[in-house]
Amino acid sequence: MTALPAPDAAGAPPAIEAHGLTKRYGDVLALDALDLAVPTGAVFGFLGPNGAGKTTTLRLLTGLGHPTAGTASVAGVEVGKESLALARRIGYLDQDPRFYGWMTGRELLAFVGRAYGMTGATLRSRVDEVLEMVGLTDAARRRIGGYSGGMRQRLGVGQAVLPRPAVLFLDEPVSALDPAGRRDTLELIGRLRGAATVFMSTHILTDVERICDRVAILDRGRLVTEAPIDELLARHATPVFELDPEPGQEAAVIALAESLRAAAWARDVRAEHGLLRVIVSDTGRATAEALPLVVAAGVRLARFERVRPTLEDVFLQLVGNGPVDGTAEGGPPAPADRPAGGPAA
Amino acid sequence: MTGFGLMLRKEVREQVRTMRLVVVVAVFAIFGLLSPVVARYTREIVEAVGGGQFGGMIPDPTVADAVIQFTKNVGQFGVVIAILVTMGAVATEKERGTAAFLLTKPIGRGAFVAAKVVAIGALLALALAAAGALCWIYTTILFEPLPVAAFAGAVALVWLSLAVFAALTFLASVATRSALVAGGAAFGLFLVVGILSALPGIGPYLPTSLWGAADALALGTVPDPLLGPVVVNVALIAVVLGLAWWGFRRQEL
Repeated sequence: MTALPAPDAAGAPPAIEAHGLTKRYGDVLALDALDLAVPTGAVFGFLGPNGAGKTTTLRLLTGLGHPTAGTASVAGVEVGKESLALARRIGYLDQDPRFYGWMTGRELLAFVGRAYGMTGATLRSRVDEVLEMVGLTDAARRRIGGYSGGMRQRLGVGQAVLPRPAVLFLDEPVSALDPAGRRDTLELIGRLRGAATVFMSTHILTDVERICDRVAILDRGRLVTEAPIDELLARHATPVFELDPEPGQEAAVIALAESLRAAAWARDVRAEHGLLRVIVSDTGRATAEALPLVVAAGVRLARFERVRPTLEDVFLQLVGNGPVDGTAEGGPPAPADRPAGGPAA
Repeated sequence: MTGFGLMLRKEVREQVRTMRLVVVVAVFAIFGLLSPVVARYTREIVEAVGGGQFGGMIPDPTVADAVIQFTKNVGQFGVVIAILVTMGAVATEKERGTAAFLLTKPIGRGAFVAAKVVAIGALLALALAAAGALCWIYTTILFEPLPVAAFAGAVALVWLSLAVFAALTFLASVATRSALVAGGAAFGLFLVVGILSALPGIGPYLPTSLWGAADALALGTVPDPLLGPVVVNVALIAVVLGLAWWGFRRQEL
């Protein structure tokens, strides 16, 4: 496991700490001795393939689940000991947020505000502010039962931020949103930087790169790495060459991909959107030998470029090419990553 | 009990908005209204259906028939309704994820459970009160006035019997994530209790036996035993709800 970082630059203790946090469902080890420290005020991305233990971790940190071993604290409150004190400091959005269909959006937000002790004009103005923030002002008086999945998710973000929590837990916060909703919600989350600590699990790696300061990658219940994104890219990412073949030479491109894969210096070759991305282990040899392979395959290139590795490259390098909920372009919401036999989401 | 008031308001509003309150009260009210009417006109109905062949076999209706019909109807159908309104109380919230939404807010698990119990108990009480009022009015019109306090006591005994089944259903709803499983378990218990109530030793202390006590009380006699069964059933509710609270406190959502 990685070493725990010291208090952040401002000297504040970590907003979230986990020590040996373990969760077992029968014979299945869902989370294996997680040690983690999330600096106060960070926007923290929590990544991992399906079944890695992300949702399990979120449920343990929010007090919805009980760890088999280990301890955790959130905003200075020991999880599992003082559930109400914990709840007063956090906001939580489930990956598939479900609310009462008979309530209107406004009523739900008012209900949440009252739970946090808000009343009167303060409550009304905060509800109005949040409705505006998540773009639901026009739908505020409609029943939630008639909301689309995206509207429900925006309402979910709204109810989570409404009490201005110290720590915000978001499980796949933009998975059901259209591009505009995704952009707005990410901007909203980004604006919380410094005001709240955001702990966000997501399967959209480009979003993580866009707004997160730090990331942790979890694989099969174990923490693989945890670092600031730039540091992670510098530390783990091997160089990537991007080849952009001109259209109409599919057969030759397939042959080129095969010959690149056979090269000793190529760690991985992926064909994406008409491009070939080659992750290399020896930059010098790759620079010298890649173009001759292109010429030998008779492929005409529009572009040949050494590019900055992406978080996806690092992710795939660290957790392999198995089924990943970390595609760069998003996709359907990831199912709960709880193993079979555990409680349903 | 942090959040009890908020949760109770939410439960009551949910009963109103989802029409559960109206439907339950209406169904009970219909049974309350029809019981004395059916008791009074059974002979006429049988004569009309059987062409006058069987009318003579039906004895003259009495006020006791109205009371027995009432307790039997609101007792038996009341148990079914109590199970239906309770079986999803916790299981559905867990299944849909709304329990996780609520309990990551400053709302105690005790408040969550207590608000639901109080709301269900109040719903059954309101429905029984409506049924009892209509039954009393129509019994007075068709037969003779029943002693008000004794009849109210009888309705309270029926409520106690329904509360036992609601509590058992609530425990099942806490124990499972499926309202159907909770309801199935509760109906199974209802059948078991029905069979056990025939046993001489424990029968008088089971909730279904309270209906007989209610009949006697409504007709102006003090049932024997009365205090023992009441205490046993109240204690049973307390134990069952205590178990539900204890189980829910430890549950993962």
